[in-house]
Amino acid sequence: MNVHEYQAKQIFAKYGVPTPKGIMVESVKDAVTAAEQLGGPVWVVKAQIHAGGRGLGGGVKLAKSLEEVEELANEILGMTLVTHQTTAEGKLVQKLYIEDGADIKDEFYLSVVLDRKLEMPLIMASTEGGMNIEDVAEKTPEKIITVPVDPSIGFQGFHGRELAFGLGITDKNEQKNIISFASKLYKLYMDNDAELIEINPLVRTGNGEFLALDGKMGFDNSALGRHPDIAAMRDLSEEDPDEVEASKYGLSYVALDGEIGCMVNGAGLAMGTMDTINHMGGTPANFLDVGGSANAETVAKGFEIILKNPNVKAIFVNIFGGIVRCDRIANGIIEATKITDVNVPVIVRLDGTNAPEAAEILKNANISNLIVGDDLGDGAAKAVAAAKGE
Amino acid sequence: MSILVNKDTKVIVQGFTGKEGSFHAEQCLAYGTQIVGGVTPNKGGQEHLGKPVFNTVAEAVKNTGATVSMIFVPPAFVGDAVMEAAEAGIELAVIITEGAPVKDMQMAKAYATKHNMKTIGPNCPGIITAEECKIGIMPGMIFKKGNVGLISKSGTLTYEGANQVCKEGFGITTAVGIGGDPIIGLSYKQILPMFEADPETEAIVMIGEIGGDLEIQAAKLIKEQITKPVVAFIAGQTAPKGKTMGHAGAIVSGTAGTAAEKMAALEAAGVKVVVSPAEIGKAVAEVLAKK
Repeated sequence: MNVHEYQAKQIFAKYGVPTPKGIMVESVKDAVTAAEQLGGPVWVVKAQIHAGGRGLGGGVKLAKSLEEVEELANEILGMTLVTHQTTAEGKLVQKLYIEDGADIKDEFYLSVVLDRKLEMPLIMASTEGGMNIEDVAEKTPEKIITVPVDPSIGFQGFHGRELAFGLGITDKNEQKNIISFASKLYKLYMDNDAELIEINPLVRTGNGEFLALDGKMGFDNSALGRHPDIAAMRDLSEEDPDEVEASKYGLSYVALDGEIGCMVNGAGLAMGTMDTINHMGGTPANFLDVGGSANAETVAKGFEIILKNPNVKAIFVNIFGGIVRCDRIANGIIEATKITDVNVPVIVRLDGTNAPEAAEILKNANISNLIVGDDLGDGAAKAVAAAKGE
Repeated sequence: MSILVNKDTKVIVQGFTGKEGSFHAEQCLAYGTQIVGGVTPNKGGQEHLGKPVFNTVAEAVKNTGATVSMIFVPPAFVGDAVMEAAEAGIELAVIITEGAPVKDMQMAKAYATKHNMKTIGPNCPGIITAEECKIGIMPGMIFKKGNVGLISKSGTLTYEGANQVCKEGFGITTAVGIGGDPIIGLSYKQILPMFEADPETEAIVMIGEIGGDLEIQAAKLIKEQITKPVVAFIAGQTAPKGKTMGHAGAIVSGTAGTAAEKMAALEAAGVKVVVSPAEIGKAVAEVLAKK
């Protein structure tokens, strides 16, 4: 789960990680009030969406007067922001963060992330702040320093020194500041089961302090149960409504732009099914994993969500039952044809646990537009043909 | 022969009396797995599925001589359960539970390594040595005994792959579902050499997914150490680009983890890479015919 910049900064503040003062607002009027409260003389008006690259997309701007704050708030609030991390349609800006301008001497990059190979958190830093870090990694990898922290010993002085010297920070007071900054960041990463913290830019001010000018945070969904305060920060308006609806039924759904609706059990087989369809000259309309506890109701819901997409010309149900029992899926398909008007051909391949029973159920149901696929290859081929009207 | 587990392996179940634990322990027993007992705190002394229940893993190990534990405890307790198994001298923990926090797995895996305990999973179907020992949740009937070793990140693709191998007239030595979480136990790197060393395994099916760089590491290892033919499929060639907020993870591993990258690395290592899982069976037949 990801949170907004203003929420990340709330968490930073709780841990004493220095950030400029700021206030989140949802209207132009409140933006001006917030600016007055912060005092100025310079403010930054920032769009709050779950994507990076907001500045380049025109979602972060500097204001030098209250009039300008009003003007910019008017401009940014309600705009659709397109960045390299959003889809081509972009994201609607519904919240703004009004922030005090900072005295920026220079900019750094700092993040904490899981190193899968070392299987421990890693602090990554660079003197090339404010830039796209992927570009830095590609063009000047020597400018990125990495400091793994073994959780069994936690953040030690030597971790801090590696970081400070690695960034070329020579002033003793500044060294103390950056070490304290990183140590707090590591603590909040561990305490909150974060998946990622990224600060870009981290700025050094004129008097040698370090401030998080931006803040991105993602959390481990599996650990949200023990962090109700973090879970409460979830902003559903940032997520795809169909995906949210599907998740209520234990379905994992992602819309794509093809023509063949897919309903599969297991993420790996679901991706493999999409790959097979693609290989045979068709195009998948979605990724849908019905999960391990699929029953008639969830299958019917899956059909409903798939059929909402007007591009769908055929549906391929591909189930290899392990924990999932094929007879339940078969009943779900019959249920779905009763509730929703399934007006496209449905190709069904059921294998594994209780597959013979399922075949019997489907045969007896006599559904006119139902086609049986013998195996994955056969089912995919029939789905591709059906979508083409063959 | 087989790898890791066989008909003599003694297994206990952590989370034995729970709904999932009970259901799958019963299936494993029916398959022939030597489940010698289980652990559920405060139910010690009882009997479940005809086997003794213990309060702690240490007690269970002492009384049964079990060397493997199959873990079904709820996600929040997985870390604790794995560390308890390691402490008690279990040699292999097979973690089926889905949704264990990543931080817990970091700690638990480091502790397991310290105690020389191997782990498989979490969030995986488990391990099966065909017609001898099933430790997990896979449908046992599709795994016929044979000469092909199988390793997969995905549960259902494990079934798909095994089913196709068997339909082509071959069979499985051992199949391992390693799971696809950020922190997992045994992976390609450890298991491929085990198949190489197993005299009964004549070919290996390796199934991967987009994300991370385990398959790239595996490609390197195959090139250097594996002489047996390997058939591979990487799921997610058509998956849309992830909607992640930051890309620090990809920079750390030095790869974007795309299917194309992984397939190219495996092909360069001499692996027969198929573009669809529907072609796994035929590809296995082909590489075995060449031998």
